[in-house]
Amino acid sequence: MSEPPFPTPRTRTHCPYCALQCGTLLHGDRETGVRVRPADFPVNRGKLCQKGWTAPDVLTAADRLTRPLSRGPDGRLTGTSWDTALDTVAERIRALRARHGPDTVAVFGGGGLTNEKAYLLGKFARLALGTSQIDYNGRFCMSSAATAGNEAFGVDRGLPFPVADLRDARTVLLAGANVAETMPPLLQHLDRAELIVIDPRRTATAHRATLHLQPVPGTDLALALGLLHIAVVDGLLDQDYIRRRTHGFEEAARRAMAWWPERVESVTGVPARDQRAAVRLLARPRNAYVLTGRGVEQHSQGTDTAAGFINLALALGLPGSGRGGYGCLTGQGNGQGGREHGQKADQLPGYRSLTDPAARAHVAGVWGVAPDDLPGPGRSAYELLDALGADHGPRALLVFGSNPAVSAPHAAHVTERLASLELLVVADFVPSETARMADVVLPVTQWAEEEGTLTSLEGRVLRRRAVIPPPAQARSDLRVLRDLAVRLGQPPDRYPSDPREVFEELRAASRGGRADYSGITYERLDAGECLHWPCPDTEERHPGTPRLFLDRFAHPDGKARFAAVDHRGPAEDISSAYPLHGTTGRVLAHYQSGAQTRRVAELSAAVPEPFIEVHPDTAARSGVVDRGLARVTSPRGSMTARVRLDPTMRPDTLFAPFHFPGDGRANLFTHPALDPRSGMPGFKVSAVRLEPVSEGAPGGRRPARSPTASREWEAPPPDAPGESPGTSGTSASTRHAESPLPGPLSGLLPGPLSGLLLGLPPGLLFGLPPGLLFGLPPGPFLGPFLGLPPGPLPGLPPGPLSGLLLGLPPGPLLGLPPGPLSGPLPGPPPDPLLGPPPGPLPAPPSGRTTPLPAQALDAMPEVTP
Amino acid sequence: MSRILVVGNGPAAHRLADRLRHHGHTGPLTVLGAEPSPVHHRPLLSDVVAGLLPAEAVRLPPPPDTRVHTGTVVTGIDRPRHEVRAERDGIETVHSYDTLVLATGARAVVPAVVGATGADGRLAAGVTTLRTAADCARITGDSVVVLGGGPLGVETAFALAARSTHTTLVCAHPHPLHERLGAPCSGMLTEELERAGVTVLGGRTVVRRTPGRVLLDDGTTLRADTLVLCTGATPDVRLARAAGLPVRHGILVDDRLSAGDPHVHAVGDCAEHDGRTLGGIEVAHAQADALAGILTGRATAYLPAASTFRLRARAVDVSCIGSPADFDEPGARTVTFTDRSGRRHARLALRDEHLIAAVLFGVPEAIAALGVTHRQGRRVPSDRLGLLLGRPVTPAPTGAETDEDALICLCNSVRRRALAKAWRAGARTVTALADATRVATGCGGCGPAVARLCDTWERADRNAPEGAR
Repeated sequence: MSEPPFPTPRTRTHCPYCALQCGTLLHGDRETGVRVRPADFPVNRGKLCQKGWTAPDVLTAADRLTRPLSRGPDGRLTGTSWDTALDTVAERIRALRARHGPDTVAVFGGGGLTNEKAYLLGKFARLALGTSQIDYNGRFCMSSAATAGNEAFGVDRGLPFPVADLRDARTVLLAGANVAETMPPLLQHLDRAELIVIDPRRTATAHRATLHLQPVPGTDLALALGLLHIAVVDGLLDQDYIRRRTHGFEEAARRAMAWWPERVESVTGVPARDQRAAVRLLARPRNAYVLTGRGVEQHSQGTDTAAGFINLALALGLPGSGRGGYGCLTGQGNGQGGREHGQKADQLPGYRSLTDPAARAHVAGVWGVAPDDLPGPGRSAYELLDALGADHGPRALLVFGSNPAVSAPHAAHVTERLASLELLVVADFVPSETARMADVVLPVTQWAEEEGTLTSLEGRVLRRRAVIPPPAQARSDLRVLRDLAVRLGQPPDRYPSDPREVFEELRAASRGGRADYSGITYERLDAGECLHWPCPDTEERHPGTPRLFLDRFAHPDGKARFAAVDHRGPAEDISSAYPLHGTTGRVLAHYQSGAQTRRVAELSAAVPEPFIEVHPDTAARSGVVDRGLARVTSPRGSMTARVRLDPTMRPDTLFAPFHFPGDGRANLFTHPALDPRSGMPGFKVSAVRLEPVSEGAPGGRRPARSPTASREWEAPPPDAPGESPGTSGTSASTRHAESPLPGPLSGLLPGPLSGLLLGLPPGLLFGLPPGLLFGLPPGPFLGPFLGLPPGPLPGLPPGPLSGLLLGLPPGPLLGLPPGPLSGPLPGPPPDPLLGPPPGPLPAPPSGRTTPLPAQALDAMPEVTP
Repeated sequence: MSRILVVGNGPAAHRLADRLRHHGHTGPLTVLGAEPSPVHHRPLLSDVVAGLLPAEAVRLPPPPDTRVHTGTVVTGIDRPRHEVRAERDGIETVHSYDTLVLATGARAVVPAVVGATGADGRLAAGVTTLRTAADCARITGDSVVVLGGGPLGVETAFALAARSTHTTLVCAHPHPLHERLGAPCSGMLTEELERAGVTVLGGRTVVRRTPGRVLLDDGTTLRADTLVLCTGATPDVRLARAAGLPVRHGILVDDRLSAGDPHVHAVGDCAEHDGRTLGGIEVAHAQADALAGILTGRATAYLPAASTFRLRARAVDVSCIGSPADFDEPGARTVTFTDRSGRRHARLALRDEHLIAAVLFGVPEAIAALGVTHRQGRRVPSDRLGLLLGRPVTPAPTGAETDEDALICLCNSVRRRALAKAWRAGARTVTALADATRVATGCGGCGPAVARLCDTWERADRNAPEGAR
């Protein structure tokens, strides 16, 4: 992997993935390939995770979409011209609209779109389509904390302080955030602080924690209430701050009074002693931060849960104190900007409310229409997807920068809804699972091929820059929107396709709004200025606002609000039929639905397929074995994946990452119950059961069968070198027919392997394990094809008591490899709260590999069987 | 529109009202409470005693959309007419119902101590039971004697000691909680109480009380500005008995929590289900939840859980699941772990991998984990010692760096093998290895581990014979 020195000139831009938006330097061109280096940017300080290092590979994804595709009468997607594709879309939209009204066309956006795209998409929906039916996948990510933040502080900016402030923290509470996997470079800022991690799993982040609280999934709010309770009883409140800077403490504290530590312990499984230790750490003098992630938000009571943690931060006097604070760790690349510029069902640009008459008047003025021309609020993301094709629901859907067939809850149902549409249009740069179902696929540009701005998790506006031209016929989303709008009868100058022009309009639209960008310009950003919103357009150049709330909160009276919240519990409780808590989340190597990262060979090799992480006891008692296939079933459906045993899992919980397609979609079992205020689905907890799948049996892994069998996907091969764009309509369709994707593999194999089979650019092979180069995936892939025996599981041995008193791991009982037992076992680490580990528990004699006979126990002091 | 009338304004009544509204009961909902003040969280009274919370802080928020009449003493139930007669400030009121719920709670038992009660039968000044927030204010003075070795007595003694009151706990058994915890463990509890500053006098009782003093049955005299009687409680069945409802120790209820009349139910401390009056906040909540489900058609029966208790004291973690008799159940296997110097003890009774009873002392992680395991009806983890010690068995942490396959850098998926290869190819520093493999370029956390590997390999190279390099 040794590389020659990084050449100049280089283009300064940002990683295409998460909201950390690490600074990067790009160099190269389409012929020789693009290479990336981390930049010395304040949030990543010269570091990048594996996703960032390999991001250029997505530019040359083997199955990159390079020409518009349209589904013909034979049900196949074949290449077509832009004019034909756009004419078709416009014509069908017009026809549907004439028959069913404007709300029959819906729009689904994404938190990865640039500010300019998000802005223009909202404008396009409300003016060109005249529809109220627009929402985006950010509803599945940050909407709960956004709602709670707006209510508490009067404004929602993920981090109301720069990331680099965290370096001065003495204590950081990470609630439901696994930053070691989701945003690794952030850890540099946390390495001096004592970490308290709240997560049902012992994640890579939890491993670094001083204190790991491991609650039962779905009980985070009870824990947050309990922590506030302890702050009250132990006299750790910042009374002066509460009096001067907040409202509503009494009512919030009254709810928390019902959550004394021992009750919280019985509900969450977090020891009362650890709860007290956590609050003590947080309440020490000097800086403390409370940071929440998706684990807190993705619940049917996600807004209240986020509010519960905000209450705790307010009670300790942290937000806006200049010595600590509260923040939401935004997930998607432009998750922050994506929720500010009007692609949300209830919002207008500048983080304005669609129901506020003054906001409507202002934006309508900028757009040159009457306020009454703007539709009202529409359905939230899941409600929108759920309504597709239904009697009163939309019959057409335009998707930009999202892959709901994988990322939405209750995925089988959502896939059915998508299939029931009369028109599905997807703009993307790779054939995502949703694009494969589309009637028209529009190839668009991606990060290093386009200009624009994004707003990172710290509210800083960043420039994305093009380093190479887009391939073949790919066009920017802005141009797609303009060309469609014009075909729908809109004046062309209303939809500029130059990002800088769009930004100028966005500035005007956001002027005076909560997220005011009016003082930010491309010139200022290009000059290297560090600009956090709000940055109004003032007489003297406004320096931006790195730190919010130092003087006042954004409510009219300047005070923050406590929320009177109480724990209700998840939408679905475990039962004898579904006895386990199923939770979902992320792994380091993949991003969101995996549409991008599964196409990067190095990332796909790191985590090639979905898995089910489970405690060895739970596996044994469910009859599943390490690396064996298993099925997770909820009342909604089942996902199938390989089992990974992890003794640090709660025995009542299993985990699956949600990045994978087909029958490996974790969202096949997730619950679509929505938070009543944010519209967030309860991804993080479902009642499930775990069962073995016999690999050869008919019930075992089958070829992933699309519910839309008529909508076969034909993969267009990569463009032949030198082929001129726009000339290959016929020849392309011929080739499509000759080279379909190997169907049976599509549910199991990640994209790049399919790519390998189709012939991959040599650059992509770099860093692949040798096995992969020969076209054969490594071991775990082969099982289902070779019919490996599942390794029948012996029942749990009846007499493990002798072994357990010696502290032997469950390994030998469960058919684990003998490795961990071959040497002397380490004693338990010293307990920070209880002192050194106890004396009378001798480590087993060196070299012993089997449990002692039960009689040996008699010789042990103070231990009686 | 069904009218629900609740007699009693304790935690059970409050929870029931809250859950009824939660489940969508839309009819009128009325609560009659004899006490003049609003309802309190009873488990938090020890924090009030300790001076950590003012009494008004532990008030429950009023239940949603419920008429609560405080200071209203119910004088009779007319079941044929579906009416309850009550009196408030000397004025009689009549409340009719479609469904009547008795949540009359329990009354503190006052033992036969000479001088504890006045001529009127009421408790004398300087003597109190502990059921309400108002009772907390009756504890005054520098020296307090707590009589009773049950959970309330122990929690009260810890709380008083925490506010630096000179505290003596007097109990009939050799140690407090002796019956629940057994001999070695209750002795450890005595040690913890004494460490917290409480004088424990076991095997004794108070026989006489004069202002400022108590006399014990062994002749000892103690200073006692206040005598706190934590000597148990008995279900308040007076109304039920007068109304002709079936009563034994408590008000007899069936699985639907019906009290011998399809229109009358009973929940909480006053109810006797399946021959038991368990009492306590958890049972009160469970019965209120069940009754709310039954009355709104969401549930058909109350399924009692095993009795559990969790001591509320920050000095020591103590919890019991089931009763001592459960350890002698047929087929029960017992696991015991005692660590005297570490002040830890655990005793589990297991049957078919299920926990049927437990006594847990000083093992906070096990208390938390087993509490949830038991509540969810799960089998206990196979690694029982790890469970008791709160240490899930983890893979050997130090062996990883010597394993070729060990993942050194999670951020960039760099395994030891790749580093060794880069080392052999000439990358001899952390920076050079980072350039070659991207190790330590993500979060930087593995930097020290990579530096150690460099040292190890360098030493190995130095020590290797010339030809072998």
